[in-house]
Amino acid sequence: METVLTRAGIWLVVFTLAIAAIALAADGAYAIHMGIVAAAALIALAATVTRADYSAAANSILRAPADPSRYDDDPVRWGVIATVFWGMAGFAAGLFIAAQLAWPVLNMEPYLNFGRLRPLHTSAVIFAFGGNALIATSFYIVQRTCRARLALPGLARFVFWGYQMFIVLAATGYLLGATQGKEYAEPEWYIDWWLTIVWVAYLAVFVGTILKRKEPHIYVANWFFLAFILTVAMLHVVNNLDMPVSLFGSRSYPVFAGVQGALVQWWYGHNAVGFFLTAGFLAMMYYFVPKQAERPIYSYRLSIIHFWSLIFLYIWAGPHHLHYTALPDWAQTLGMVFSVMLWMPSWGGMINGLMTLNGAWDKVRTDPIIRMMVMSLAFYGMSTFEGPMMSIKSVNSLSHYTDWTIGHVHSGALGWNGMITFSAIYFLVPRLWNRERLYSLRMVNWHFWLATAGIVFYAASMWVAGITQGLMWREYGADGYLVNSFAETVAALHPMYILRAFGGLLYLAGGVLLVVNVWATILGKLRQEKPMNDAAYDAEADRPYVPAPALSAAN
Amino acid sequence: MNSHSFYETLRHLADSWGLLTMMLVFLVLAAWPFRPGARQRNEDAATMIFKDENDG
Repeated sequence: METVLTRAGIWLVVFTLAIAAIALAADGAYAIHMGIVAAAALIALAATVTRADYSAAANSILRAPADPSRYDDDPVRWGVIATVFWGMAGFAAGLFIAAQLAWPVLNMEPYLNFGRLRPLHTSAVIFAFGGNALIATSFYIVQRTCRARLALPGLARFVFWGYQMFIVLAATGYLLGATQGKEYAEPEWYIDWWLTIVWVAYLAVFVGTILKRKEPHIYVANWFFLAFILTVAMLHVVNNLDMPVSLFGSRSYPVFAGVQGALVQWWYGHNAVGFFLTAGFLAMMYYFVPKQAERPIYSYRLSIIHFWSLIFLYIWAGPHHLHYTALPDWAQTLGMVFSVMLWMPSWGGMINGLMTLNGAWDKVRTDPIIRMMVMSLAFYGMSTFEGPMMSIKSVNSLSHYTDWTIGHVHSGALGWNGMITFSAIYFLVPRLWNRERLYSLRMVNWHFWLATAGIVFYAASMWVAGITQGLMWREYGADGYLVNSFAETVAALHPMYILRAFGGLLYLAGGVLLVVNVWATILGKLRQEKPMNDAAYDAEADRPYVPAPALSAAN
Repeated sequence: MNSHSFYETLRHLADSWGLLTMMLVFLVLAAWPFRPGARQRNEDAATMIFKDENDG
């Protein structure tokens, strides 16, 4: 009873403070955000005072198995559903902004113009889709590899709901025009503070679970997860050192200015790729690929070398985003050299993942989930080759600021992050809901091909667009003047933009199959379908040899 | 010490002793799984994820 009172009291205080903040708000975005906070506090208050067993209610809506496993999997189940939901939102937003670039009439001022929807898309796919996938899989993997239940279960639930709150505040902020204007760090100061609280709680749950482990060794996937959590905490705090104009307004100004600010931003930005989209997803790879292949990782030693070289090299690669700027030349060269060196650990990790299938390569043919994992590793290898190449100054002078960069990012995000997440979801859903198998393996196969074809359209059109753009921008005539105006280069790219949108449409269509498949599996349905593979059988030929009676009569 | 020389001090530390220390730490960490007697530990670590096969 006392805990209920205390909790209800806390929610009431939060609600009152949020209402007061609405009244004092200096701008509309801040007022709306505080309205969202007040609504969330009210919902939490209602859930607390009715003392309804809302986790049981949620479990019945989510059809969680009646016999829950020994591990604490509720936050993992919620996380898987959130991953699928935010993934679809992010892919759809991506398709829409791709269409806006091809057909500018789709820009709807001011809330749905390209400038506001673009960070909505990037944050939705990276932080909402990717972040939920990372939180869910890290909670799943850390329990299994430590053979211990989650430490601090209440805090684990706070991490899940707090993270969704961060996503909602960030996304609505972009649409309302409240942004810091820093790529991948757009949310304003109070959202940054909130994320810091959630992230520290995440670290506490993760480290707490490792501390109570029953296994002597900490499996390498947890090393990658821990590096991801710690480094993202450091990056997030340093890059968001901002001074708010008012405690009741959404505006803030950064502490670092000029080229220092740019360097801090790209130190953050590139390591967001390195530790959020690489280290975290490598942790998923190091657990789910061996599990699905039913073989241990090819070389555990290689995985340790992969880990330390990635950690030691990645953190220095950021300056390659600032080639030919006011950044000192030595810093640009340092960023380039470390980026090129990163190629080696990246390919070491790719080889380690792929060679796990050594002796079981037939699974690529028979198991569409393994095929997705292999494709994801192939794209990891491809984009970690393309990235170092593009960081070389002379290549960068052609590629920088062009659509080549967009293509590179998407071959990594759609290919590596997307595919490994889809395969992890397909691995997890039957296990988390205690189902015999997925609703349909054939739909996984279709998802695989739609996604792969979508990425090919995306990456190929952006290569052509980027190189066209780069060459047109630098073309001088005999008179020493630039040959092309900027508008001419945009017009030249129009067909490529349409092809890119088509690729996005294919990728989104694959996502629809994911939704149907996950939904039906959770409902416990099994699609009656021809198995993916079967040894050939011909009933007609399956007979003993009988001499023809006509021939024996002739004798 | 003005701010310029403080920058220079850090800069020289970074590309001399700092670099050397980081390099040595990295080499030790990367060589650690190759130390004598670690083979069995590596194998145990790689296969422990299959222990829960029947009771997960």
